[in-house]
Amino acid sequence: MDKKRRVIIQSIATLIQNANFKGFFTGKIYDGKTKGVCVPGLNCYSCPGAVGACPIGSLQNALSSYKFRFPYYVVGLLLFFGALFGRLICGFLCPFGLLQDLIHWIPFPVKLKSFRVDKWLRWVKYVVLVVLVIVLPILVKLTPFFCKYVCPSGTVAGLLLALSDTSLFQAFGSLFVWKACILGIVIFASIIIARPFCKYLCPLGAIYGPLNKVSLYHLECDATKCVSCGKCSSVCDMCVDPSKEPNSMECIRCLRCVQECPTKALCAGIKKAKH
Amino acid sequence: MKKIGTAICLFLAILFLAIGISKEQPQSVLAKASKICLECIGIG
Repeated sequence: MDKKRRVIIQSIATLIQNANFKGFFTGKIYDGKTKGVCVPGLNCYSCPGAVGACPIGSLQNALSSYKFRFPYYVVGLLLFFGALFGRLICGFLCPFGLLQDLIHWIPFPVKLKSFRVDKWLRWVKYVVLVVLVIVLPILVKLTPFFCKYVCPSGTVAGLLLALSDTSLFQAFGSLFVWKACILGIVIFASIIIARPFCKYLCPLGAIYGPLNKVSLYHLECDATKCVSCGKCSSVCDMCVDPSKEPNSMECIRCLRCVQECPTKALCAGIKKAKH
Repeated sequence: MKKIGTAICLFLAILFLAIGISKEQPQSVLAKASKICLECIGIG
């Protein structure tokens, strides 16, 4: 699938998940019943347009409530999305993924595909998931650590709210400055590296990534057609070699490799390919 | 092996969803998501 077509699908998904357009003008967030449903991607529910709940925010809220209850509903939804699609959600449905993709299109003299500590940094998102999303909210009540101290999607939501309700700017303090710095770093990094947040920090990617191995939607590489030309790995923004590991945990299933493969050895879908 | 993994994940997903819905957890999600999360937007 070519980039432009994928951006169109990502944009439609972002618009659907943020369909409360009135909110961008009134500064009020949506409070209808669909807010009880988690969207599959990272989309802060404090965004004035958001019509669904953020799964990571909802997970932390459930874990950090005074009366601890296992979040069956949120975990069930995450397992459901992941078991069906894996990180296809990252590639096509996540609004924050779209933002990074658009920023990466900005021309800049330096564009990095990989660097020395890239492979080690990929594990940080799993630490973020375990420590900031799961353990700390359980230990420290009423504190969604990832949302409060890291999530750049929430910072974007805050800026959008403040644009329609300028009195909010007066309420922003040191926490906002900290979060704005993180957002700034992610934005700058997105110019140089593709999808830096998805690669190194996103806890949702840490959840969906392992599910790439079992998801119904998957990639396959036909070894009889593959000529090991390396084209698939050269076009991969996530530095995956689809010919060797078609269902890598790092693959966001953007399908560039499928499109670029000269022998059509790679295919993606639900059914098992006939080789 | 992969198909078994998919089946197990989907079974667990549906089971968890059913348990969660029976415990009215979507309402808890709705209650939280209907209000602005001040900490999330940087007011804390």
